[in-house]
Amino acid sequence: MNQELMVAAIENGTVIDHIPSNKLFEVISLLGLQDLKSTVMIGYNLVSQKMGNKSLVKIADRYFSDAELDRLAVVAPNVNLSIIKDFNVVEKRQVRLPKDIVGVVKCGNPKCITNNEPMKTRFHVSEKNNDVICCHYCSREQVLDKVKLV
Amino acid sequence: MMSEKRSLVSINTLSREKILQLIQRAEEFEMNPNSKILDGKIVATLFFEPSTRTRLSFETAANRLGAKVIGFADPKITSGTKGETLKDTIMMVQNYADVIVMRHYLEGAALYASEVAKVPIINAGDGANQHPTQTMLDLYSIYKTQGTLDNLNVFLVGDLKYGRTVHSLLMALRHFNPTFHFIAPKELAMPEEYKAYCREHGIKYVEYEEFNEDVIAEADILYMTRVQRERFTDLMEYERVKDVYILKASMLGKARENMKILHPLPRVNEIAYDVDDDPHAYYFQQAQNGLYAREAIICDVLNM
Repeated sequence: MNQELMVAAIENGTVIDHIPSNKLFEVISLLGLQDLKSTVMIGYNLVSQKMGNKSLVKIADRYFSDAELDRLAVVAPNVNLSIIKDFNVVEKRQVRLPKDIVGVVKCGNPKCITNNEPMKTRFHVSEKNNDVICCHYCSREQVLDKVKLV
Repeated sequence: MMSEKRSLVSINTLSREKILQLIQRAEEFEMNPNSKILDGKIVATLFFEPSTRTRLSFETAANRLGAKVIGFADPKITSGTKGETLKDTIMMVQNYADVIVMRHYLEGAALYASEVAKVPIINAGDGANQHPTQTMLDLYSIYKTQGTLDNLNVFLVGDLKYGRTVHSLLMALRHFNPTFHFIAPKELAMPEEYKAYCREHGIKYVEYEEFNEDVIAEADILYMTRVQRERFTDLMEYERVKDVYILKASMLGKARENMKILHPLPRVNEIAYDVDDDPHAYYFQQAQNGLYAREAIICDVLNM
């Protein structure tokens, strides 16, 4: 059976697919889905040929800004996003980690200026290793999988 | 149009050409330390963390260039203690000064200040992060004593794990084809990230745990740092190595004639006092070179 059909279609809105299942609830809280009034459908632990196991959410009548998608990319890099209008997919894109992550992640160094001053944090994604980010201010490196969000 | 702001926050952003240019400028100031190039300019020295040595060096440099100095030496008297943010302090001081020299206990403070300020920032140390004017004076000292920065055998001794000065020196010398010798106890060895950096960039290095007459015989520069008790997780290990990394005059018998001993100061016991009179000792002149290096840096960031 088509996996997509396990969760009903939406007329207008956003579908976020290929979310690693262990990241689903973080994604929900990051996007504030629990506070939405529109219909949200959540598919958890679906079978995926590519990933073995995946999750997806379909959110009616809601589209996301680039800033929101940058935040999403930090928690779940490489998810797929489809924009739905009149039951049709009008745009498909893969969410990618931006080169600079601004105002999303907390620096793990308590002596970093960003933890002591009301300011936005900023990280560069390591060129060698996409799982590692480096604080623009104090140069402390962190593994993306273990970061705390602002 | 305003010219581009030229802060000095990290040594890592300086090119080989820029380093050589600053050294040449420092050399000129050494020959002629007093001038009125900065007549009418105001230099602010903001020391959010006390550092008498560095502050005096900067203030002397500014005074010798004819600038006036404002600022604070003790963070207890600033409004930071009343809860003012760094940004607010910088925004206020930039209304008065043409350049801000700042030392701060937080890492990244100088970079952030350089992003919010309209005047150039000179980083005089931000926590364990960067202290580029120390590195410039180290480089100037090396250049002065060796006549070049190229192709030298540079021996770094002591605490290579936490030592900010040795890491910055390593990064700055990457432009000059050095051969590094890392001499440190296991617990304070040069971090893997720096060794990986050397390997990736074709910089030669050797590591030792022993520190003796034979090990240092090939050195052009012997850069000493302090092995501090509080850096050890294993105090037995500290007790075992604490006297190993002490340089004594008796160890200098096989040293090259051109070899010079550097130390960022203050020293405690890592260089025995009997070394002070040896012609290889250079750490006091090194500190004096800081004045000329800082004169060069202040002029450079002000585009003068």
